[in-house]
Amino acid sequence: MTAYLIRRLWQMVPTLIGVVLLVFVLFKQFGGDPAEILGGLNASPEQVDAIREQLGLNQPWWVQLGIFAKQIVTFDWGRSWATNESVANLFATRLPATLTVMTPILLLDALLAIPFALLVAYVRGSLTDRSIMIVTTVALSISFLVYVIVGQYFFAFRLGWFPVQGWSDSLLTNLTVYVPLPVLLAVLVGVAPQTRLYRTFFLDEIGQDYVRTARAKGLGEPRILLTHVMRNALIPILTNLAVALPGIFVGSFLIEVFFSIPGLGREVLLAVNRSDYPVIQAVTIYLAVITMVVNLATDVLYKVVDPRVVLK
Amino acid sequence: MSAVLPTTSALPGLAPARSESTWVGAWRRFRSNRVGLWSLVVVGGFALLMLLSAFGWVASDWGAERAVANAPPTFLGPAPPPVASVAVAPSGPPLDLSAVDPLAPRYREWAERAAQLATTEPTKLQTLPFGADRLGRDVLAKAVKGTQISVFVGVLAALVATLIGTVLGALGGFFGGKVGDLLEWLYNVFTAIPAILLIFAFAAVAGRGVQSVVLILGLTGWTGIYRLIRAEFLKHAVRDYVRAAEAVGASAAARIFRHILPNVSHVILVQLSILVVGFIKAEVILSYLGLGVSVDQVSWGTMLAEAQGELILGYWWQLVAATTFMAVFVTAFSLMTDAMRDALDPKLRGLE
Repeated sequence: MTAYLIRRLWQMVPTLIGVVLLVFVLFKQFGGDPAEILGGLNASPEQVDAIREQLGLNQPWWVQLGIFAKQIVTFDWGRSWATNESVANLFATRLPATLTVMTPILLLDALLAIPFALLVAYVRGSLTDRSIMIVTTVALSISFLVYVIVGQYFFAFRLGWFPVQGWSDSLLTNLTVYVPLPVLLAVLVGVAPQTRLYRTFFLDEIGQDYVRTARAKGLGEPRILLTHVMRNALIPILTNLAVALPGIFVGSFLIEVFFSIPGLGREVLLAVNRSDYPVIQAVTIYLAVITMVVNLATDVLYKVVDPRVVLK
Repeated sequence: MSAVLPTTSALPGLAPARSESTWVGAWRRFRSNRVGLWSLVVVGGFALLMLLSAFGWVASDWGAERAVANAPPTFLGPAPPPVASVAVAPSGPPLDLSAVDPLAPRYREWAERAAQLATTEPTKLQTLPFGADRLGRDVLAKAVKGTQISVFVGVLAALVATLIGTVLGALGGFFGGKVGDLLEWLYNVFTAIPAILLIFAFAAVAGRGVQSVVLILGLTGWTGIYRLIRAEFLKHAVRDYVRAAEAVGASAAARIFRHILPNVSHVILVQLSILVVGFIKAEVILSYLGLGVSVDQVSWGTMLAEAQGELILGYWWQLVAATTFMAVFVTAFSLMTDAMRDALDPKLRGLE
């Protein structure tokens, strides 16, 4: 197990170097000149040159790559070009809001979609199954934007059940007042595709021989479905959840934009609009690291779920 | 041999001399799928609409002021006149401000210059079939033009992503070794970054406009298809027909593109249409956020962005028009993709 972990971590190194190179080349080669962005429209050529000197932009590219790598390793990205807030501080203050919204969404999505999918898979081919599939196909073709626009208008503006948008400093207020509507809308939209996907996983398992064997020896349907089928179908479901998990950190940026939640997703979007490179670069690279670690954790989790899996 | 053929095929009950090709068989299976056929008709209709609008035969005047601001759809009737304001008109002679108004000496000159310019006041309609937006533009024309741009971007970006994914997947799967390792590394790098962040990072440097969106989506979205094509090429590269081709001296390029590629083309086609749906949705979101098409163009995303503010004021028609066009097209396209996959890949049938 330890050897496995070490080897997997070792394998991450080339990928990580690739991510750093990709981000570096992308912004270096195709992005605008940082000095001109930082200087603004009224900067004199001397000021632009001074900024260039300060950022090390006059150095050869390998020195710049070195500076870039040092920033990553020391977690010192300097300050946001737009707001002069330190990037580390930006992470620390924006992440809690994102997690407050995203954790309930992820949990509810999974907790609702898994039983729904099991139910739909169980009644497969019936009218219920077919109508659910048709409804989800149509529902999926409407943009997420429309659901949020209409939901915000209807539930918050018209009915006044929730505040239209807002955020506070207290976790409890946030969870009880500001979070419910975004979570409700995100879950409403997210459950349909997940149900569709998980139904496939359950269908794969329900057709297997071991299910017939279990039925033949007289097990009750609930036990077959919940113990036998569930445990086997959990493997692809886990993979799917793991893919979604890194998203929890950057958040559903659309939700954050619509509901004015001061989270990381909205911050990244603002950074893109302001050409605030340090913020985008930092978020991209750290999210990539988190993604890789989560993937590794998932692979280890397989072992827990399925004893047949051998980690090698 | 050729002399014998007509007689054998003429015999009743005998199998045809030539087995049906993949594509003929797929078309036969596709035709028997009623949902698939209908969705093909709808998608065809949209394609026709897009062509007409691309050549400027319909909706070319989407930017013109056709009606009063926020004119409602025809079936609702014209909007009631605004409630008279409560401000009372001042009585008595107008106050003479010319002593303190610094612009006063120039008013006459400006009025004369304005009179020289010929202006036409367009007749503004009170209602339009689908209503009008804030600037009095026809929502129906906007939706048609928006369809053209959104679908065009989605299809073009999907083509770019498919091209990249197919070429890299073919090279990686066929050659393996160093080339394969390098491409696998590239794949790992691109998939290590969450998709949305990758899109944002590309958007941050790419600027705005249709080409940028196509490039962003195409350059970030090739990973899925690369994986599938690579697996197919790994499988096919060692098959007998490829080895036979090698034995008679076919070059690597010929084996990749002339021998294997046609055999995996159905996978490419299905992946392409799955990508189209995803990219259309992505374009809508990017345009909504202001990272997509430029301001002088219209797409479903920019329509939704405008509709958000209008909805609060009670003008719901632009939202409904954009949503309806998008929902009908994307549903039809998804159903067509499903039918196409069932027809092209019978092994996968009923999985989803």
